[in-house]
Amino acid sequence: MLSDQHLKEIEELKRRYQHPQSVVLAALWMWQDEHGWVSGEGMKYIAGLLGIPIHHVYGVVSFYTMFNRAPVGKHKIEVCTNVSCMLRNSDQILKHIQDRLHIGVGQSTPDGKFTLVETECLGSCGTAPVMQIGDQYYEQLDDARVDKILSELR
Amino acid sequence: MDPLLLPPIPDLHRIEVYEARGGYEMLRKALGMKPDDVTEEVKKSNLRGRGGACFPTGLKWTFMPKKTDKPKYLCVNGDESEPGTFKDRQIFERNPHLMIEGTIIAAYAMGASTCYLYIRGEYKKWIEMVQKAVDDAYAHGFIGENILGSSFSTQLYIHRGAGAYICGEESSLMNSIEGERGYPRVKPPFPAQFGLWGCPTTINNVETIANVPIIIRLGWEAYGNIGHPKHPGPLLVGVSGHVNAPGVFELPTGVPLTEIIQKYAGGVPGGKKIKAVIPGGSSTMILRGDQIQGVTMDAEGLKAAGSSVGTAGMIVMDEDTDLIRVITRITAFYHHESCGQCTPCREGTGWMHKILNRFVAGDATMTDLDLLLDVANNIEGNTICALGDAAAWPVQSMIKRFRDEFEQRAKKSPAAPALVAVQA
Repeated sequence: MLSDQHLKEIEELKRRYQHPQSVVLAALWMWQDEHGWVSGEGMKYIAGLLGIPIHHVYGVVSFYTMFNRAPVGKHKIEVCTNVSCMLRNSDQILKHIQDRLHIGVGQSTPDGKFTLVETECLGSCGTAPVMQIGDQYYEQLDDARVDKILSELR
Repeated sequence: MDPLLLPPIPDLHRIEVYEARGGYEMLRKALGMKPDDVTEEVKKSNLRGRGGACFPTGLKWTFMPKKTDKPKYLCVNGDESEPGTFKDRQIFERNPHLMIEGTIIAAYAMGASTCYLYIRGEYKKWIEMVQKAVDDAYAHGFIGENILGSSFSTQLYIHRGAGAYICGEESSLMNSIEGERGYPRVKPPFPAQFGLWGCPTTINNVETIANVPIIIRLGWEAYGNIGHPKHPGPLLVGVSGHVNAPGVFELPTGVPLTEIIQKYAGGVPGGKKIKAVIPGGSSTMILRGDQIQGVTMDAEGLKAAGSSVGTAGMIVMDEDTDLIRVITRITAFYHHESCGQCTPCREGTGWMHKILNRFVAGDATMTDLDLLLDVANNIEGNTICALGDAAAWPVQSMIKRFRDEFEQRAKKSPAAPALVAVQA
């Protein structure tokens, strides 16, 4: 289910396009905002809402990397390791987070607070190394700054 | 040159400040011109697209049919995902109204009834900033029905992506707006004939569109005199990697790469030598440090040097950089981002990544070097979209310009078995 507010927004968004299918990304964002990840139930619900086949929604969800297809921790940490960040020591940032949280890349802490993943270029190369946690960018990282950020999120 | 795209005016992102500085006056001026005259002005200015391909913008606009029963669309591409590129974000943050004004002028020139601004999903914060600017522009009558009392009406909507580099490719971007997987389309038909929902569509980069009000203000002649005559105008140059002061610098086209690195980006830390430069985003061909002397940041200068200006997102690497790791990481990126439609790209990027991992691990042989080049050469030109080329060029240029690095890593293997020619 989606909130009434989101359902209202979807109706408004439908008017912006020739076909309601265009709203699928926005609807998936709303589902993920409310539920944390996009489940089969969510895909079925959105398919019904937009009048499109469920396999189409699945096709979309599996194409775009920002949709979580399984539950993730409360804070999803995405560390950019692409070339500009790599040149400015993103390896160390990634290692430091793993050491601190005692998890590997692609894993979550047992308390469900953090999930750690590597990500592709975040478009923040001038302030590398960079990570994203939820919607927030954290730039010009070093170990001390990472420690501070993580302790504030705890 | 005083900055035109990102002038250092406090709070310029606010519509009151933008208007007080003459903002939206160029929209008013353009609405007083004939649409074709606006296009002609842009055409004569020699503005070339800032998204990577450097295609002449005015010419692109003329591809839109004049007479059609279908609605026409303008898409503004803010997917900005090419590694080393972080310029459009500056426009979103510091001067969103310039982009909005340019969008409406472009829509008027082409007769577009709806504009979609596509912004990558990760830029949530910037989407919110731009949405605020769009809302304000609607409220002030710069977007919507009968703009500034004219007979012209157009809408502007933001469409948020969800994490896919390929959606910066124009036909993939349209599919993404249609709610599809972001697969590039076979061309022809080109977007101007068969774009969004089969209707005439033009796709322009954010920075390209932001140049439009500047052209209207200065006039094509004065604009064309900024920087390199064949690729004129202000250019947002990004510098990242091994420099003291990375960032985005607004410069006229035609500034030497060495000057950009030394004067604007603060030089290389520790005074180290430059080993390599990727001049315009990760898909542009890598240059040796000793090749960049006298090379200028513009389409012509970089073409002559054996690379391309791309998005002007320069990545600088000092003398201690392990270039095998660099090319392996870049190739991993293209493998990850390949949409999977075309076999050469889907499989080839994975093969290149596997071979490069052997070089990283020290397990590669000289035969692997030939194989790597062979795979790259068989991706290039054999795919629906340019992602295949974008994956092949860094590998090809790295082998061409740093062959010694590969050879040092390769095991001195026994004579490799000769490849047997297969008759078709």
